Amino acid sequence: MKYLDEYRDVHIARALSARIRARAAHPWVLMEICGGQTHTIMRYGLEELLPAEVELVHGPGCPVCVAPLEIIDTAIEIASRPGVIFVSYGDMLRVPGSDSDLFRVKAAGGDVRIVYSPMDAVKIAQDNPDRQVVFFGVGFETTAPANAMAVWHARRAGVGNFSMLASHVLVPPAIRMILRSPVNRVQGFIAPGHVCSVMGFQEYEALAEEFRVPIVVGGFEPVDVLEAIAMLVDQLEQGEARVENQYVRSVTRTGNTAAQKLMAEVFEVADRPWRGIGPIPASGYRLREEYAAFDAERVFGVSDKHVAEPAECISAQVLQGLKKPVDCGVFGTGCTPERPMGAPMVSSEGVCAAYYAYRRHDGV
Amino acid sequence: MCLAIPGKILEAEDVGVSRIAKVQFGGVYRQVYLDLVPEAQPGDYVLVHVGFAISRIEEDEARRTFDLLRQMEEAQQEAEQGA
Repeated sequence: MKYLDEYRDVHIARALSARIRARAAHPWVLMEICGGQTHTIMRYGLEELLPAEVELVHGPGCPVCVAPLEIIDTAIEIASRPGVIFVSYGDMLRVPGSDSDLFRVKAAGGDVRIVYSPMDAVKIAQDNPDRQVVFFGVGFETTAPANAMAVWHARRAGVGNFSMLASHVLVPPAIRMILRSPVNRVQGFIAPGHVCSVMGFQEYEALAEEFRVPIVVGGFEPVDVLEAIAMLVDQLEQGEARVENQYVRSVTRTGNTAAQKLMAEVFEVADRPWRGIGPIPASGYRLREEYAAFDAERVFGVSDKHVAEPAECISAQVLQGLKKPVDCGVFGTGCTPERPMGAPMVSSEGVCAAYYAYRRHDGV
Repeated sequence: MCLAIPGKILEAEDVGVSRIAKVQFGGVYRQVYLDLVPEAQPGDYVLVHVGFAISRIEEDEARRTFDLLRQMEEAQQEAEQGA
């Protein structure tokens, strides 16, 4: 397919690898934020193409993984109520709450449905006017506009039996949290290309300047990720700390202004807890007061839970690039994709799940 | 989760307040909302995420930057053959 296949070209990947090897004279620790990029790195074995000087650590960019236990428990509670149709993206169903998951609710007779698009959930509400239809609106800035659009359409069309359980998170506050840590190791970031397709990269310019850290907006194919790494190494070796855009075929500095306008209409910035990390100030979206009638937490009177996470799990350090999944005592034993304990094992894009899928024969 | 796939807009029509396109991904076709990329036209490539186009692919930029990658690769091969 055009715009995919050519970015998997092995000859270009090898040439980029040679360029990185030629330029990397000092040890550098780089982080890709997005779980999609982590997946590409693992699937194509890109770390094998890098010199010993370049270490990749993997960031918290998987919205499924970082959705807090509290919101999963709330989803399970709402989905278990009689008369409710609970609608979700497929990857949320396996995510464990405190003691169940949405698949088990479905198995026990709950009406839990998987959709491809949030607009499908609005359609289900229109087709079932006597039922309450709740959509689990999870995502980073990439997905937030589509979720916002579903709520906007429902309000405009007067679909009163539709609401959204919102769990939206934002990338720049997570980068800030990592950089502010006294034990931070990350010296350069690959910023997520699809988040930046929506948001542009002006927020990242402020981060690059404040923390003197180079940031390259990168795409998702192997050539994209390797080129972003090459650009970061070039900057680091030259002592620079700028934002550069590798993913120019989709990302502009200002991003998608139509999407930003819609999100500002429907959402407002709020503090949010991140699974495995804890609360991060101003790191997510909630529905504005004007859309309260479409906010499932208010419609169903559920919110403000607090649930403790398993003590054995080291995902907080993993998601901040301080430890690798294989450093964890329960990795692959007490915690597997079938029975995940911590956030990064939950979704296939989580870093622990990616390590488990692609490196479990390395004797780990 | 943030996966977005490039596809080509074949046709688009207004449906209520939205514009909905038929988009081709290799041999697969899907209905895609164009609400977030009002400037997109048939023939354009868009990146599609959960049923919405989130950006229009800049074909000129894509070609220009990919040509640079090709040139780098060719220079690399020549250097290896010369060595």
